[in-house]
Amino acid sequence: MMGRFFIALSALCCAVIVAMTAFVLGDIAYFGWEKLTLSFLLAAPEQGMAAGGIFPAIFGTFFLVLIMTVAVIPLGVMTAVYLNEYAPKHSRLVQWVRLAIANLSGVPAIVFGLFGLGFFIDFVGKGMDAAFFGSRLVFGQPAILWAALTLALLTLPTVVVATEEALRAIPDSHREVAYSLGATRLQMVRRVVLPQAIGGILTGGILAVSRGAGEVAPILFTGAAYFLPYLPKKLNDQFMELGYHIYVMATQSPDVEATKPILYSTVFVLLALTFVLNFTAIWVRSRIRRRLRLAK
Amino acid sequence: MRTGGILSAEKAVEALIRLSAFSAILGLFLIFVFIGKEALPVLTSPEARKEAGLSKLFLPQEGPRPYSWQPVSEIPKYSILPLFMGTLKVTLVAILFAIPLALGAALFTSEFAPDWTKELLKPIIELLAGIPSVVLGFFALMVMASCVQDAFGIIYRLNAVNAGIALGLAVIPIVYTMADDALTAVPKSYREASIAMGASAWQTASKVVFPAALPGILAACVLGFGRAIGETMIVLMASGNAPVMTWALQKPVRSLSATVAAELGEVVVGSPHYHVLFLIGTLLFVFTFALNLFAHWFVRRLQRKILGAA
Repeated sequence: MMGRFFIALSALCCAVIVAMTAFVLGDIAYFGWEKLTLSFLLAAPEQGMAAGGIFPAIFGTFFLVLIMTVAVIPLGVMTAVYLNEYAPKHSRLVQWVRLAIANLSGVPAIVFGLFGLGFFIDFVGKGMDAAFFGSRLVFGQPAILWAALTLALLTLPTVVVATEEALRAIPDSHREVAYSLGATRLQMVRRVVLPQAIGGILTGGILAVSRGAGEVAPILFTGAAYFLPYLPKKLNDQFMELGYHIYVMATQSPDVEATKPILYSTVFVLLALTFVLNFTAIWVRSRIRRRLRLAK
Repeated sequence: MRTGGILSAEKAVEALIRLSAFSAILGLFLIFVFIGKEALPVLTSPEARKEAGLSKLFLPQEGPRPYSWQPVSEIPKYSILPLFMGTLKVTLVAILFAIPLALGAALFTSEFAPDWTKELLKPIIELLAGIPSVVLGFFALMVMASCVQDAFGIIYRLNAVNAGIALGLAVIPIVYTMADDALTAVPKSYREASIAMGASAWQTASKVVFPAALPGILAACVLGFGRAIGETMIVLMASGNAPVMTWALQKPVRSLSATVAAELGEVVVGSPHYHVLFLIGTLLFVFTFALNLFAHWFVRRLQRKILGAA
């Protein structure tokens, strides 16, 4: 009797979580879809965000995650290859690296923001200015490059974990065949392991992009701007970004009611972007997991 | 000659691979060094110490309000205890809200529910996990605040309860996913033995499976706690941001992370205020780092326990 009650209670927990998720998503979908038009996506903001569209923010977000991806994928994949293909299994170093990756994924996003400011802008950027530009202010200021590199460090664990999972799904027999044909380890990695792991690398990349596109705290001080009359073209330009746009519109708008429809539509766009990416990643990953089960 | 060229190129690539393995360790190290470096003047520089030394940060000051955070007033005050309190209050609400729900749901899907429920719930949890924190913050600010205000009859629209519940939504997926992993990792033989002894499904779940998975479940809670402490955008948008020294949950609160996010953009670089904000960042980093190590240790224990039993 008591048992029945507790089982029902645990079922209720599930129901509450599902209901709350549905409430959040339903509300945003309902009010966000209303005002969403193609011209909203393709126009620039007007009248202090009370009219117009969000094209610069969409463009900035894409540019930002593009640079981030270029930085994080090679680094993450090489780390995973080292852990799974090079390092002796269960060595001290492997344990340390894994622990560092787990810890890195637990560092608060705002701390990454501080790091981006203290390291990339004040140390690397100012250092580059002093060395190459005669102390003219070029890279020693908030810029899309620094924001993207900050996000790259934040998403590194995502890429490493996803790639590693794909590497583990490859049967050892494939590696042994490559060696028996006289391949060196790097040849084996390039010709046998990496082509088969492409799905996992893709998953990691997509998840990283989805995470990076949604994080606001790390870009607050590293390059995001509320309003810019031009699109970012160079690596040291500032940029507008969807998440930051939402934050500023929601908290600093002089006329909340006027910006509300635009705000909802912007949230809808960011959420749709994140979910399309996530579902693609989940789909690719489920295919890898199926292969992993078959391989065993 | 030619093979020599290829070989050295191969050596170079392999060296690069070995080097990149250190990227995560190097990243953590650089984060600590470069944030700590900017926080250090609070301890060392006489100028910063005069205005914002450790005693000013942590001990009560003279005046009508012994603990106040007013860094941009005529006589700047830097007591960070109200901020600590704010973080603690919001985190506690989030934890009390999220952990029972997440653990209940994990227990249900791993022990009692038919498989199709699990197949249904997993994607929903992933959906919840995929919602960017700025979107949860937006939702808490625009929609949830009024609901919470009405439900609890609170005067202030933005308060610790509102921020805590929104934060809980971000914590649920983390706790659920890890707790579910820990529960499903318990060998089937445990359950079979318990059922064979005549135990009911609930007795098996609560007396056998749950205790066996306990280290993993504790790790899940610790990681959820870590996430809640460091989360910024939700608290920044949904909490009202008033640094008050009270345990009352219905008052607006200001957390450590939200303070950094709100103030660093306008602060004078190199001023005592600037260094104090970096000190707060360092503290957040150290807390979450310690919690992560702690969680890692729990998981290791779980693995050893189950490997030892199987």
